Amino acid sequence: MTSQRQQITGRGIPVTGNDIDTDRIIPARFLKAVVFDGLGEHAFEDARKQNPEHPFNSPAYRGASVLVVGQNFGCGSSREHAPQALMRWGIRAIVGGSFGEIFAGNCVILGIPCLRASQEDIEWLQREIGRAPQSSITVDVEKQEVRLGNRVIKASIPDGPRNQLVNGTWDSTSVLLEAGAAIEATAGRLPYVKGF
Amino acid sequence: MARTLLDKVWEAHTVRTLPSGQTQLLIGLHLIHEVTTPQAFQMLKEMKLKVRMPERTFGTLDHIIPTADQTRPYADPEAEEMAQHMYRNMKDFNLQLFDMSTGKQGIVHVIGPELGLTQPGMTIACGDSHTSTHGAVGAIAFGIGTTQVRDVLATQCLAMAKPKLRQVRVEGTLARGVYAKDVILWIINQLGVKGGVGYAYEYAGPVIDRMTMDERLTVCNMSIEGGARCGYVNPDQTTIDYLRGKPYAPSGAAFDRAVTYWKGVASESGASFDDVARLDGARIEPVVTWGINPEMSVGVTQRIPSPEAQPEAERPTFREALAHMGFSAGQPIKGARIDVAFVGSCTNGRLSDLRIAAEIAKKGKVAKHVRALIVPGSQQVAKAAEAEGLDQIFLNAGFQWRKAGCSMCLGMNDDKLQGREMSASSSNRNFIGRQGSPTGRTLLMSPAMVAAAAITGEVADVREILR
Repeated sequence: MTSQRQQITGRGIPVTGNDIDTDRIIPARFLKAVVFDGLGEHAFEDARKQNPEHPFNSPAYRGASVLVVGQNFGCGSSREHAPQALMRWGIRAIVGGSFGEIFAGNCVILGIPCLRASQEDIEWLQREIGRAPQSSITVDVEKQEVRLGNRVIKASIPDGPRNQLVNGTWDSTSVLLEAGAAIEATAGRLPYVKGF
Repeated sequence: MARTLLDKVWEAHTVRTLPSGQTQLLIGLHLIHEVTTPQAFQMLKEMKLKVRMPERTFGTLDHIIPTADQTRPYADPEAEEMAQHMYRNMKDFNLQLFDMSTGKQGIVHVIGPELGLTQPGMTIACGDSHTSTHGAVGAIAFGIGTTQVRDVLATQCLAMAKPKLRQVRVEGTLARGVYAKDVILWIINQLGVKGGVGYAYEYAGPVIDRMTMDERLTVCNMSIEGGARCGYVNPDQTTIDYLRGKPYAPSGAAFDRAVTYWKGVASESGASFDDVARLDGARIEPVVTWGINPEMSVGVTQRIPSPEAQPEAERPTFREALAHMGFSAGQPIKGARIDVAFVGSCTNGRLSDLRIAAEIAKKGKVAKHVRALIVPGSQQVAKAAEAEGLDQIFLNAGFQWRKAGCSMCLGMNDDKLQGREMSASSSNRNFIGRQGSPTGRTLLMSPAMVAAAAITGEVADVREILR
């Protein structure tokens, strides 16, 4: 099921503002389902109700796959329901100033790259997408850049997730299982596992 | 070279370096709860995998359970379904579940330490961001998502990069009426909600050294609100005394051997850090958040800051916060009228928190317009509090005395704000919609300050009540 994620190309959607937490992305009442199915339509549900202008309400951005956000996006709760909701809405890559670390880890394990770019470049991308929502954006994980029109923006992703995405090893269970008996051997050396 | 606790624990739990460059890190204790696991167990079943180390996996029910009437089936059919999934999965995979019948049920981050499951030098993971709490006993503890829960169930491992390490030193002495909650809220105010991104936090200095284990748990709990991947306190005599006699801690001669190991994992003097932050504990006053993230706070005698005083990039979030909260820049936080008071959560739902709140509750009655809830963090906390008569103090003062659970911290059960209600809360997040109403408002503060707000009906300075 894992495949390589070297680059993602699609239309963009901007969500402005810093410190947008995962409660905002998907309110806790949607965590009461025992499956992730159907979360896509509830992405940013309360924010959308309170703000008719919210980008996730706008027909102009329907079908977009590259989300462009501010600083510390996805902070707070570890709920994987947040990236699951965004993915099921159609998001395939996220470009932002910075990310909550649990959120970014959850994104990687779903094959969604989170790339960091400068504040200036983020603001330019968000303006440009707002001006021309039909423009095509390429998020290049391998080269660590974002391309829109003639402009190439420097972006970064830590080496670990980058290698996982580029090599197609982001769905980690099978990779971790390869360690085999080394797992039990490591555990066996820990005094607390042995019972002191 | 002198090594830190993070260095030693990381090395001891490294299974191998992965092709991606990350560490395959063994997880010594996996704690699970009903909300972030059903999909993980389903994936495990589809992959035809077993739980790798069932004896190192423990579960509880906390997020969705009602705190008033716990008769099964629960009134909320979704909560009932989640509970049923938890029971079925724990049985199918032969895992230990601390449910209500055990007397050990409670919020996962309260029961781990309280049962002695959480020990120094461990790696711990749980599908909940406040797993950082367990660092208080000297463990490296990570909050993870559901697919990572699947990884830990299947392999007892996580693929992770080692974070950088910042020592956060709190110097001096705290004033009366200033608690661990104020310390961590002040740390977050000073270092910011994004300040910890990329870091683990080692809390140190005289104020942390003097703290009880309950207080250290409160501090480490909110590491994630400061953006840190985890937070810990080096194990010391307080840690050892805390663990002695706990049901899942070693006993007899094994305890003595454990103590040697625990002392050995502490950071060595002269160890170097990627960064050091110093705060003066004497300057901290009772802290209250006024905005929509835990960094947006002021001392209780201070006024709400102006967006214009912030860096330009932060101004839109400040304006959004003022609009949501219905506050104006320059307004004093003291005197802000509240509708709800909540003492509980993995941050402040322990016995010592309830004792402090009860001390304030003795001094008055809950204001007529305020709905006030006391929700113990675990069945054991509830039992101990009842043995001391704290429940009666609360009931006599007009507080509701509930059963253990996460409750109004995140509003996944019936305990929710209604409409634009303003809540004085001992929990950890003031995010928009966090307490169950999309337009609800949250003011974070210490349990003492919550109790003070409950009886005065508005944000009050607990130091005036303690006088």
